[in-house]
Amino acid sequence: MKSLCIKLLLPFFMLLPSVPAFADDLLVFAKESPDALVKRVTDEVLEIVRQDKEIQSGNTKKILELVEAKVFPHFDFDHMTALAVGRDWSRATPEQKKRLADEFHILLVRTYSNALTAYRDQGIRYRALKLAPEDTETLVRTEILQPGSKPIALNYSLEKHDDGWKVFDVAVAGVSLVGNYRDAFSTEVRANGIDGLLKMLVDKNKQLEASQK
Amino acid sequence: MKRFFCVICVALGLSGCAATGTHPDDPYEGFNRAMFSINEGLDTVVKPVAEGYETLTPLPIRVVIGNFFGNIGDVWISVNNFLQGKVEAGFSDIGRVLVNSTFGFCGIFDFASEMGLEKHSEDFGQTLGVWGVDSGPYLFWPVIGPRTARDTFGWGVDFAVDPVRRIRHDNATRNTLIGVRTLEGRARLLQAEKVLDSASFDKYNTIRNLYLNGRAAAIKDED
Repeated sequence: MKSLCIKLLLPFFMLLPSVPAFADDLLVFAKESPDALVKRVTDEVLEIVRQDKEIQSGNTKKILELVEAKVFPHFDFDHMTALAVGRDWSRATPEQKKRLADEFHILLVRTYSNALTAYRDQGIRYRALKLAPEDTETLVRTEILQPGSKPIALNYSLEKHDDGWKVFDVAVAGVSLVGNYRDAFSTEVRANGIDGLLKMLVDKNKQLEASQK
Repeated sequence: MKRFFCVICVALGLSGCAATGTHPDDPYEGFNRAMFSINEGLDTVVKPVAEGYETLTPLPIRVVIGNFFGNIGDVWISVNNFLQGKVEAGFSDIGRVLVNSTFGFCGIFDFASEMGLEKHSEDFGQTLGVWGVDSGPYLFWPVIGPRTARDTFGWGVDFAVDPVRRIRHDNATRNTLIGVRTLEGRARLLQAEKVLDSASFDKYNTIRNLYLNGRAAAIKDED
């Protein structure tokens, strides 16, 4: 109840002159923290999407390139593909693994780009992160703000790598993106094996490419 | 409640599609898929109207419309928060309604959120879930779409207490409000649909997955 009182009183405190927020600039980390990474990349990409006339008028190729260049260097596709394929991943040959990860990568670029264009006008809020120095996995919580509804939770799961933190799953409103694909993938593997799954991904990517020039 | 479930069972029995699914939560998959395609058919009419509404309505107006209905919804959300034992959230929702109905000009501005009084999303189905009622089988209904048996009942209660439907003396106002609210609701799904297209191999399966996982997350307030 205490925090509720604070919230009700907050508008009065807001009338006080605000202290310049330069604390962030003074802190220089050798490596970017996972929440700072998510915020920087999201802000950077949304800024471009909101300003670029070609992207706004539906230039799919341009937004795909943007996601590929700015967002996806921070994603770990092998990890994501392994999670999405589930138990059957260990049965795949290295060659199959590589091709699966490549096709899944293409599919995710499109999914991510579609989400970005669909929600570009919405505000994003970043939740504070508690991270212990020894943590190698973490969840960065953000929220998509929308008028008249509860903000949609958009959470990134990240893992620590030698060259910085990498995303291996994204959950929208509590539903995991990788988990969403897992059902479809395992059904296909059961019916037609790893090669069947590979074909399903290739076909889906071709179909999306044809429909979204 | 028992009688309600009987009605559902009879309806499913009559459709002649008993236990067709392979998904453990979706025993009536045959029936559900039939209803799903009926809905997709209905949507070929509704979707273009929602798209027209989206194109013609400037963003600030849509914000106002969203806030207005959000404010009305906060009353029932507050009740559900109290029923779930979330007293602080319940009082926060009351605060939201008070602030937004006055300073927010009948709810068209959401000052409460600016003040840090978070908007919540609760309904009676979630309350039943918090009370430990099992979700029951997954069902796909014409018009209203996916609901588990529990959430179908919850939806019935939400529908019965809906303040907008209770406007008795002015049919024109009531029907306009219901119409605009429905259109705004459908228009909001347009964005999600664009993503769904690339995120799904079988739209029916993906919607089921999103619905079941999304509801489970909502009951635990992880959404």
